[in-house]
Amino acid sequence: MNVPVILDRRRVLAGGGALIVSFAMSDAIAQDQAAPAVAPKPPGSLATSPYLDSWIRIDADGAITLFTGKAELGQGLKTAFQQIAAEELDVPFASLKVVTADTRRTANEGYTSGSNSMKDSGTAIQNAAAQARELLVGEAARRLNLPVENLRTENGAVIAPDGQRFGYGDLVASDMLHVQAQAKSTLKDPASYKVMGQSVPRVDIPAKVTGGAAYVQDMRLPGMVHARVVRPPSYGAQLTECDPAAVEKLPGVIKVIRNGNFLAVVAQKEFQSIKAMGALSAAAKWQETPGLPKQDDLPRVLASLPSQDTTIFERNDPSAVSQRTVEATYTRPYQSHGSIGPSCAVAQSVNDAMTIWTHTQGVYPDRQGIAEMLRVPVASVRLIHVEGSGCYGHNGADDAAADAALIARELSGVPVRVQWTREQEHGWEPFGPAMVTKLKASLDGNGAISAWNFEVWSNTHSMRPGGAGSMLAAQHMAQPFAVPAPKPIPLPEGGGDRNAIPIYKFPNTHVVHHFIAAMPVRVSAMRALGAYHNVFSIESFMDELAGLAGADPIEFRLRHLDDPRGRDVIEKAALGFGWQKGQKAPQDRGFGFAFARYKNLAAYCAIATEVEVNRETGRPRLVRAVAAVDSGQVVNPDGLINQIEGAILQSMSWTLYESVTFDDTRITSIDWQTYPILRFNSVPEKVEVHIINRPGLPFLGSGETGQGPAAASIANAIANATGKRLRDLPLTRKKIKDAIDA
Amino acid sequence: MMNLKVNGHDHQIDAEPDTPLLYVLREDLKLNAAKFGCGLGQCGSCTVIVDGKAVLSCVTPLLLLEGKQVTTLEGLGTISTPAPIQRAFMEEQAAQCGYCIAGMMMRAQALLQRNPKPTDAQIRAELEPHLCRCGTHMRILRAVHRAAHLMDTAELSPATPGSAR
Repeated sequence: MNVPVILDRRRVLAGGGALIVSFAMSDAIAQDQAAPAVAPKPPGSLATSPYLDSWIRIDADGAITLFTGKAELGQGLKTAFQQIAAEELDVPFASLKVVTADTRRTANEGYTSGSNSMKDSGTAIQNAAAQARELLVGEAARRLNLPVENLRTENGAVIAPDGQRFGYGDLVASDMLHVQAQAKSTLKDPASYKVMGQSVPRVDIPAKVTGGAAYVQDMRLPGMVHARVVRPPSYGAQLTECDPAAVEKLPGVIKVIRNGNFLAVVAQKEFQSIKAMGALSAAAKWQETPGLPKQDDLPRVLASLPSQDTTIFERNDPSAVSQRTVEATYTRPYQSHGSIGPSCAVAQSVNDAMTIWTHTQGVYPDRQGIAEMLRVPVASVRLIHVEGSGCYGHNGADDAAADAALIARELSGVPVRVQWTREQEHGWEPFGPAMVTKLKASLDGNGAISAWNFEVWSNTHSMRPGGAGSMLAAQHMAQPFAVPAPKPIPLPEGGGDRNAIPIYKFPNTHVVHHFIAAMPVRVSAMRALGAYHNVFSIESFMDELAGLAGADPIEFRLRHLDDPRGRDVIEKAALGFGWQKGQKAPQDRGFGFAFARYKNLAAYCAIATEVEVNRETGRPRLVRAVAAVDSGQVVNPDGLINQIEGAILQSMSWTLYESVTFDDTRITSIDWQTYPILRFNSVPEKVEVHIINRPGLPFLGSGETGQGPAAASIANAIANATGKRLRDLPLTRKKIKDAIDA
Repeated sequence: MMNLKVNGHDHQIDAEPDTPLLYVLREDLKLNAAKFGCGLGQCGSCTVIVDGKAVLSCVTPLLLLEGKQVTTLEGLGTISTPAPIQRAFMEEQAAQCGYCIAGMMMRAQALLQRNPKPTDAQIRAELEPHLCRCGTHMRILRAVHRAAHLMDTAELSPATPGSAR
């Protein structure tokens, strides 16, 4: 095979014999994706990275390392992957080491996004582990001259009928795992699972609760210096004047970097860099241009921007009779990811090779963008994922990585740590896009929906890198890169139209996606993308229609839903909540319900809520929530529960409180005072999550499935409590009060 | 040079007196637990204990700490011998990304030191200055209750794997 074999010291030290060569080769293959595809393709990310040793390495001493191209974002995937591999390899859970996204060491699995990690990487690991185990058994069979059926595996060893044990390390040889995966694997019977399906404690939590180094923010490389960026005060602002002389004389200052509108300062110590940033900011004069839309007129502005209109779903049955028709418009503002830890990155340029430690969700695409920005070969840039604060989508992580690279280039050999400020994260992160939906539906004489029209107006929901122009540093430098033309994310996953097609069956259905190219405010992917607002709209409107039909909201949903797994989660959540047809909530309280299947192809989630509304102040309070989720085969039940609990609380925060604010020039929500989120005084009394496990069925992503149902369930409970329907997010205390008083 | 007492040890710190404690802990003393979240005293990620009280280290300058006892999460226990509050957070799996958690734990620790049996309402009120973006609040509350129980029963056997839920 004609691929470059790079032997570095780490690998020489790490392995023995012929194994080294095969792993170095697989690394190269993981990087350039040169492996020819076989038909039919193996499952998950094995389809694009088919070599088993791109996923699993077994050393001669028996040490086993698992490689994933996905990144741990606090969602617990490291632990889940380790469980999957331990199960299918038949090794103790604790014996595995997991390496996550790194452009030199792991497969290119694109972004860790879209609730796809279990489906992509989890499936690849499960099948790679099963096939590796088969190869090891085959090798033992060969040595013993016995049929494989006579052998079994246990605890990292193949066991012969006479009790003889062969450790995996003894069996592995040469390039045994440097083979392409078969399309089909012999997977274990789920009934025999010992590690999968167990709530194994997360591997990352002990360090996080004892002060261990857990985040990129915690990195301290020898000789590391501290950088701060001075961002423009607004989009498109031009630096007209900046005399760095006084700043350069400040204690500890190493360098002031100006490259067009990109301005940064580097100092020995962190607080010196903060002081220098303040001084540099004061020295910089900017010319700003008003260009932001009127915030209180946003829905009208959005709907009036030029759009590319596509009918994404159509079903016609002229025999359906419509008797009553209703219409409603729902809106969502720009919303912030609001990571608790502002973005951070460490970069080091040594002999024209740039290494960047980053909490990006996509080391490979980000590498592409950074190499383009630096105008260097892609192979000279390495990105290593290190955890950051939870991101919930495309926050400042990629930008901080680009900032660090641009600064580190100026300081050859020196590791540079860039830490964004709170104000920079809030002001410059790409927001979750504002959206408008217009719904119109008709009921027939039996109280069933006869016609359904759904139109959604939205920007793209991904401006993630791939190209340099997606990164602020590249946009601001003297020879800037243009922001790439936005593109809609194609269905079936969709972006602005994610979950725009109803899961329910209506005789007449018409769904239109109005894709708006112009982005007056910087936007990109935020947890659940368009599904948050589309599910909020559909599930709110279903309640409005149920009311019109005089039907119970749950019964009304089931009337229109064929999908048996969908029906199961609805019934499970209703049962857990104690939902009863025709029930009345206590005084000043309301019950709400909502359901969706994320992307119409991932996890199913139904959520029932009880909300209390203070009629004097309008203040809403989520009292309790009961959810049911079907995520296919469950790997770590507690991890899944944690994700759904988190989805409910985060979505509640978005839904009740959150809206990015701006004037005609600047973003004005720049910290937690100006962008308030959920605090403990509004945390519910109880959140309950019920899992419907589906042994042996494919993994379905669950990280985003709760966002839409939680929003709509709360909105429906507020409507149930007050008799007033609110359709403009967020459902603030003031809007509720005004509706009560109207 | 200033003397700073952290986790029971004296340190000579060479930093300007207006340097917020957070940077001294993280950079000079290489302690990870206190986190930079906002630098504005709005989120609680940087919380440490000073003379028994929860303090926001990002807005507390070094000069105010002469002669005081600073405790960080590292000072409470370790992975192998976790303090009750650490054990409780492990056992309840009370983290997602975990970035906010060290600060939460320090304020909870300060609360439990002065009120070993807080009510749920008291815990919620105490944690009001703290933000969590992952929505781990229900687990955090459970973990603080569990910590109170662990401290009360002085049950200090190490956490066992698989004990979550």
